[in-house]
Amino acid sequence: MEQTAMAFVTSVLAAAVAAGTPILYAALGEVVTERSGVLNLSLEGTMLVGAVSGFLVTVRTGSLAAGVVAAAVAGGLIAALHAFLTVTLKVNQVVSGLSLTLFGTGVSGYLGKPVIGVPTPVSFKPVVVPGLARIPVLGDVLFNQDILVYASYVLVVALWFFFYRTRPGLHMQSVGESPETADALGINVFATRYAYTIIGGMLTGIGGSYLSLAYAPSWIEYMTAGRGWIAIALVIFAVWNPLRAMLGAYLFGGIDALGFRIQVLGAIIPSFFLKMMPYIFTIAVLIFATARSRNYRIGAPAALGVPYERE
Amino acid sequence: MTEDARKVTTGTAAPTGATRAAEAEGPTGAAGAAGAVGGIGEVRAAGGTEEAGAAGSTGEARAAGGAGAGGAAPGRALAGWSIKVEKRPEISPFWMAMAPVISVAMALVCGGIFLRLTGYDPFEVYRLMFKGAFGSRYGLVETVVKATPILLATIGVSVAFRMLLWNIGAEGQIYMGAFAASWVALSHPGWPPFVLLTAMFIAGAVAGALWALLPALPRAIWGVNEIITTLMLNYVAIYWVDYLVYGPWKDPKGFNFPLTPQFSNAAWLPCLGNTRIHLGLVFGLVAAVAVSVMLSRTRWGYEIRVIGENPAAARYAGMNIPRNVVLVMLLSGAIAGIAGMGEVAGITHRLQHGISPGYGYTAIIVAWLAKLNPAGIVVTSFLFGGLLVAGYAVQIFGIPADIATMLQGSLLFFVLGGEALARYRVKLVRAGGPAGRAASVTPRLGTG
Amino acid sequence: MLSGDAACVVEMRDVTKRFPGVLANDRITFRVHAGEVHALLGENGAGKSTLMNILAGLYRPDAGEILVKGRRVQLGSPRHAIAAGIGMVHQHFRLVQTFTVAQNITLGMPQPRFVLNMRAIEDEIARLSSTYGLRVDPRAKIWQLSVGEQQRVEIVKMLYRGANILILDEPTAVLTPQEARDLFATLNRMKQAGRSIIFITHKLDEVMEVADRVTVLRDGRAITTLDRKDATPKLLANLMVGREIGGTMPGKKEACSECVLRISGVSALGDRGTLALRGVSLEVAAGEVLGIAGVAGNGQRELAEVITGLRRVQEGCIMLRGADITNRTPLEVIRCGVGHIPEDRLGTGMVPNLSVVDNVILKSYRSRPVAKGPFIHARAARERAADLVQRFQVKAAGLDRPIRLLSGGNSQKLLLAREISANPSLLVAVHPTRGLDIGATEAIHRMLIEQRNRGVAILLISEDLEELAALADRVAVLFAGRVMGVLRRDEWDIERIGLMMAGSATADTTGCSADKGDRVS
Repeated sequence: MEQTAMAFVTSVLAAAVAAGTPILYAALGEVVTERSGVLNLSLEGTMLVGAVSGFLVTVRTGSLAAGVVAAAVAGGLIAALHAFLTVTLKVNQVVSGLSLTLFGTGVSGYLGKPVIGVPTPVSFKPVVVPGLARIPVLGDVLFNQDILVYASYVLVVALWFFFYRTRPGLHMQSVGESPETADALGINVFATRYAYTIIGGMLTGIGGSYLSLAYAPSWIEYMTAGRGWIAIALVIFAVWNPLRAMLGAYLFGGIDALGFRIQVLGAIIPSFFLKMMPYIFTIAVLIFATARSRNYRIGAPAALGVPYERE
Repeated sequence: MTEDARKVTTGTAAPTGATRAAEAEGPTGAAGAAGAVGGIGEVRAAGGTEEAGAAGSTGEARAAGGAGAGGAAPGRALAGWSIKVEKRPEISPFWMAMAPVISVAMALVCGGIFLRLTGYDPFEVYRLMFKGAFGSRYGLVETVVKATPILLATIGVSVAFRMLLWNIGAEGQIYMGAFAASWVALSHPGWPPFVLLTAMFIAGAVAGALWALLPALPRAIWGVNEIITTLMLNYVAIYWVDYLVYGPWKDPKGFNFPLTPQFSNAAWLPCLGNTRIHLGLVFGLVAAVAVSVMLSRTRWGYEIRVIGENPAAARYAGMNIPRNVVLVMLLSGAIAGIAGMGEVAGITHRLQHGISPGYGYTAIIVAWLAKLNPAGIVVTSFLFGGLLVAGYAVQIFGIPADIATMLQGSLLFFVLGGEALARYRVKLVRAGGPAGRAASVTPRLGTG
Repeated sequence: MLSGDAACVVEMRDVTKRFPGVLANDRITFRVHAGEVHALLGENGAGKSTLMNILAGLYRPDAGEILVKGRRVQLGSPRHAIAAGIGMVHQHFRLVQTFTVAQNITLGMPQPRFVLNMRAIEDEIARLSSTYGLRVDPRAKIWQLSVGEQQRVEIVKMLYRGANILILDEPTAVLTPQEARDLFATLNRMKQAGRSIIFITHKLDEVMEVADRVTVLRDGRAITTLDRKDATPKLLANLMVGREIGGTMPGKKEACSECVLRISGVSALGDRGTLALRGVSLEVAAGEVLGIAGVAGNGQRELAEVITGLRRVQEGCIMLRGADITNRTPLEVIRCGVGHIPEDRLGTGMVPNLSVVDNVILKSYRSRPVAKGPFIHARAARERAADLVQRFQVKAAGLDRPIRLLSGGNSQKLLLAREISANPSLLVAVHPTRGLDIGATEAIHRMLIEQRNRGVAILLISEDLEELAALADRVAVLFAGRVMGVLRRDEWDIERIGLMMAGSATADTTGCSADKGDRVS
């Protein structure tokens, strides 16, 4: 009895990591973007475009690597549009993000139509990490996953180091906190914002491709189902810190996975209510995170969402 | 007064494209992507041999020249053309007027390129789309039918947008309005038409308002980001309606389709002649006029405008911002809720899965395209209704209807860009220097 | 390309800079020698900051050339200016509030390129700052520092970058007189080390005290350059303004007896959740101007905000003509008859994108005749706006034009006119003339004096001691959220005020002229 309970917990946790990974990639992308002072709300659309382009390329070439690269490039392109509108033309960042969300949704639906229901020739499969996988519980949860999950571990640590221990990281944050200061010291505010917005979009695109190449793995219209928005909420919850974003992503993944398991176990709760859970949870978390930091914008880059213009 | 001109290089002029980010962390595509959009960034024009050039997408002088902070002129000559973006002293009325026209054209061109690349003849597709939406009586009627909920939802969100409250939740508010109206219709089929319809109208408005209240309260009290909360509630509302139509409210005689039994005739909104155009259109037009008057003539409208423009001044003037947040969201949600009521009472005559195919999202675009102006919203809603119908019209030829969504998104995208051009002047500047390579002359607005 | 003048470290030749509608710098030629303190003197809007922003690489000149140590340079960005040895300390510090001192100082440096060893950087900063007597803790976060300390960080930042030409933009505006003297001592030390300092100011006494040479700018042109020994304050003043200054303020009426505002033991939190006001007690009588002196950030803004209902009072009470207005809403305070000229006039006091008419009715739209039931009476609103514009000689192109198109002086006149038109019994004026030219400043002062003579109680918060000396009947000095003391007009003593601003002395306190026996902590 205890063993099955243990196995259940392990399987839920492992599923939580898998379900959290696409959100994690998107959230990390948004952390990078927002740290440089740009609010990019187009994550939902960008993820969809990443998912569909990754899927299309993999179907076409049979190469997962090519799929992921395509997703990153597509995500980067959408982000570049956002950067052009908001950094160069100083369009309202909220409106630009929303328009690109809709644009991305439309593009993905349009491009994906022919491959609905088409199976992928290949998909990401779990690779056991020798040694580490033998750690009780944790080994099965963390080290019996696919390559993209492992890459996300590395990414989290790398970003943390980049933000807090390196000069480019310091410069990036200065652009998000006080672009006037950065500009006065010769840091190119415009180029910096472009660069990190595009990198953020690339990570978001990869997050999308995780859905279509590893998690599902298939193309389903609107398959992100709000994960892009959840990632944005997560950034606030994580106080713009990559390590906390990881924690939060797995929490959301856990809710997602748990709902699915409960359904499989044949619980009496209608599935529609279980499907609502991540969204309600997101709202609750957001209220909690905001109320906690109220009046003092803890962690939020001071110039977030404000276009920079020289005096 | 002290607007400084910014200089922007084109992709061809930027030398290495080695962004700081790329050298630090970024995947290899970063620099290339930066180049692809024209390497926009700030750059100094080349001038003579001693010029100091830190190039746009190179980020830092040392990346370009490799020189440290030693000399007075690090970096090397950047030759050729550069695009200069500078702020106009006054907004250009010409560009402001031309922006929508040019933007629509650009969106169509980009959509056309997209169609071409995916193997369709853009001219033929556009012809079919136009014919489908505006080329027949049926098409026109359908356009008006689709425009009705868009109009109501847009009026709803535009009130909130005026106050810079990002109500992205019109979709969910439509669903809840539809749900509440259906609940009244299904539970009191015997009421006389006027009473029943009035009750449904009120129920729809109240449900939409309450659904908007859920995010409004945390926003008013703690400043919780309403973009995310309103959006999350859309999913919740859609699943709620799905639960009902797949579960307890499902029509036993409906061949297992996700829909409720049909309402009694008393719950049907009257239609124009024998068309599907229903009274909801009148609701929408009345709402447009009422909101227009409210915003421009009343004290409440004045408060909304002041808060939207400058919350600090509003507080200074003694306006109660939290209360206005709640009131405006209630109004915004109520109008969207009425849109939902109109759909079930005027079109489907039952509650069903997918009662709104994204009208709430379209409303966001329409509101912004019409610059929140109620008269503009009426016209733009009609055009977008047509765009939806056009999308469905080409579907029968095997073209995904998503072309409509795509065009919607890119339309807004281009209009935003176009309006920015009214505020900024883009100039091509010949920067004196050796080996100048010509760069593309037109500022690239995007690649669709 | 060598210049003739060998002692010249910086030479700006015929520099011209045009902004839309304004010729900010008109063929200015300006030379700085090695090892001198060179004052750049001029009124607001004379073009001093623009000229120096060009030298610091923030703006590019439309014409003219710049030579550093005889070599022609293109200062395309601050980075290039720094590379040429030019560093500028702006009036609004360019510091990232959430970063540490060391992080701020290393920001933008080319080395080390990637991984940062903050420990080594901190040690280096500590060494450098002790050389010049600029005490700073490299590990402190900027937001924890006082304004004077932040200024030191800015100077260290420039020295760290090897700047030997240092530009200081109105550095004493945020300092107490004593801190200013410390700064002058530091400047002398740097001068002796061979560095050149350009000192932007509009204060004549500072020029006389610290400068070796002075260049006077007026209306975007360089009028002349003088050695200090050839200069007198009177000569400089005339050169700067281009006309005799003076003119008299309307005379003072005897203060009437009624005490309008009484603040007792008020404490309040600042934006960061720390105590910004600590037990402040003050009184203002009808027909009296109470000046509040102090270095920025010592509770002035919070004081104005607690009175006007924009900030919560934690402790203590505020009485207006006998009625308790503690923690009332801003609307209730307005209705009690409190007018307010906020610190940030366009950001708080006006709605820049709305029309003149809409801005004029900002506080009167609730009551007749502007309000008509739930509606706004458009004609009444318009008449009101036209009346104020005409009565107070506001230059506005049209009543329907957005207020942001008005000049600073005109929008401030309109703001004050709007507040006056509500017939307040108390007027809280925060930095009412900051950034305005002399003409507008005089107009605003005249309006304030008129109100005082009509019996309005005025709380005037200002960093400009000259303004306080000209207008205030009594001056209270705030330091770290406390009232250090209140001086009557006949006790005015700049030295004592300076000490109080630095928190190092208290004075006897005096309440309302009518109401002795007051409580001041």
